[in-house]
Amino acid sequence: MATESKKVLYGLYNDEEDLKGAVRAASAAHLDIMDVYSPFPVHGLDPILGLKESRLHYLGFIYGAIGAIFGFMTMTWIFTRDWPIVFGGKPYWSVPAFIPITFELTVLFAAWGMTITFYTICGMWPGVEAKSLDHRITDDKFCLAFDVTESSASDVDNLKGFFAQSQAAEVNVKTI
Amino acid sequence: MSQAVAPVRHVLITGNKSYHNITEDLCTPTEKSPTREWIIAFALSSAFLGLYVFAIVWTVWKGIGEWGANRTVNWAWDITNFVWWIGIGHAGTLISAILLLFRQRWRTGVNRAAEAMTIFAVICAGQFPIFHMGRVWLAFFIMPFPNTRGPLWTNFNSPLLWDVAAISTYFSVSLLFWYTGLVPDLATVRDRASGLRRKMYETFSFGWTGSAKHWQRWESLSLILAGISTPLVLSVHTIVSFDFATSVIPGWHTTIFPPYFVAGAVFSGFAMVQTLMVITRKVLKLEDYITINHIESMNKVMVLTGTIVGVAYLTELFIAWYSGFIYEQFAFYNRVFGVYWWAYFGMMFCNVVSPQLFWSRKIRRSIWWTFFLSIVVNIGMWFERFVIIATTLARDFLPSSWSYYRPTWVEISIFTGTLGLFFTLYLIFTRVAPVVAIAEVKAILKVAGDQYVGPDAKHGHHDAKKGATAAEKKEEKH
Repeated sequence: MATESKKVLYGLYNDEEDLKGAVRAASAAHLDIMDVYSPFPVHGLDPILGLKESRLHYLGFIYGAIGAIFGFMTMTWIFTRDWPIVFGGKPYWSVPAFIPITFELTVLFAAWGMTITFYTICGMWPGVEAKSLDHRITDDKFCLAFDVTESSASDVDNLKGFFAQSQAAEVNVKTI
Repeated sequence: MSQAVAPVRHVLITGNKSYHNITEDLCTPTEKSPTREWIIAFALSSAFLGLYVFAIVWTVWKGIGEWGANRTVNWAWDITNFVWWIGIGHAGTLISAILLLFRQRWRTGVNRAAEAMTIFAVICAGQFPIFHMGRVWLAFFIMPFPNTRGPLWTNFNSPLLWDVAAISTYFSVSLLFWYTGLVPDLATVRDRASGLRRKMYETFSFGWTGSAKHWQRWESLSLILAGISTPLVLSVHTIVSFDFATSVIPGWHTTIFPPYFVAGAVFSGFAMVQTLMVITRKVLKLEDYITINHIESMNKVMVLTGTIVGVAYLTELFIAWYSGFIYEQFAFYNRVFGVYWWAYFGMMFCNVVSPQLFWSRKIRRSIWWTFFLSIVVNIGMWFERFVIIATTLARDFLPSSWSYYRPTWVEISIFTGTLGLFFTLYLIFTRVAPVVAIAEVKAILKVAGDQYVGPDAKHGHHDAKKGATAAEKKEEKH
């Protein structure tokens, strides 16, 4: 996570369709979009924005597999090596009886692993200050943002022209 | 002028809402001072919570002998209440997970509150087995960990231990699912607040900004959590039923238990969701978000699951007769006509007969009928667990040990006390977090809002055109 502050030029739109139109126009004009913010997940935005599918679910599978192996191997070790006990005349290594706990640990590890990974890669944690551009983004505004920290005045004018053309309801500059 | 979407599509958000209206309507209950109804309800439920604390202290101080459970009926009110509460929790996961996988849009109106209900119900459920252990300060013995007693491990072959794993996993995964869904909405509350309140919501919303990549990951996470919660919720009540089904007690030792318990759990859970939603929508003025269409959809689930439960009851009786095994036959004869016959007929009436009224569209769409029948079903499902547990145990293998079970004031206080615990938690929840998922409702506005799909939908005009095309595009996606 970059900690130095950025100067951001952003436009607010009133509707997700306006936002999608603007993002399309921006990628057609080869403008370097910093980020797009919205009050809810806008469907169909990811391909226009060029976002690749999240790989979180692969990790979920790996965490789940770890949970399954951990659960099954722990029970196996305990009941065959560490302290073998006969329960109801059944074999020490009674695999069917291990299935429920193995399943629960698979789910437990997958859920916790994925959730912790999600918050970590998003840089979200209790106490993190939200680098929010506008407090209406979580309400009803759709925001398209450009990083203009190192842009020349003419570049900024160019971007402002773009916002005017794509019918942004508001255009502002903010340092976050 | 083309129809934007099929006219059969249900309107799920009424009142011609804009995105901003949705934020306003759903955030204000957390921002205003509590209403008089809320204060009265809170005072009442905290009083019951106090009773709960008193009865639990009494139990721990004096021992389980203070309960009516005896040597023959050793699982009585406690396990009945445990199974009842766990079952109630299941509707929350069903709504949030299974309906997400099925892309049922009506879930968005009720999922947040139903998930909260799941978490609170599991908390209530957990009290019973923990305090039934007797020496509750040794409750940590159920967790396997290296220790100086051997090491003495837990018995991984026991369904009771599977239950520990299932319920603790269920609780923690439900909590993650609920809270992750809540984070964007807490950010909405944060962005409207100032001062200390803002600081608090800043902490609880983890620095959420609404970035496109974050939304993408959030959706991916929600979908996978839904995907793994679905078998999880089925496993939880399956394992609860194993507590009975793997025993050697006639009347418990049946293979029908897992599906029958799961259907019953969903049935009772929906009843509790209805009870809560009918009150919540009225008190918090959320009739535009939790509409009659939502209530009707849930009533349809209830008539389905209620019928499955009814079929299961009859199948049990049939199989008992068909088995030709006199002990099995006696167990079921005793269940119907034995000492607790009134509980059996109460169960049959509440769970099998009463939900059939929902075949009538008029009753399905009536608030009063829904509320009344939801209470009836809640009672019926409690009876079901009581019938399975107490009736079966009261007439065990040796006629000389047959006995009868009556709850003492301690057990009654603990049970009504957990209702107090449940409602106290729920009432606090309605004050601190939006009870309807704001972001998810906004996301379905254009496919389920009345100005887009209802009878007064605006089509073909300049202002509505944009919405209509958006709705069309969204339709293609699904």
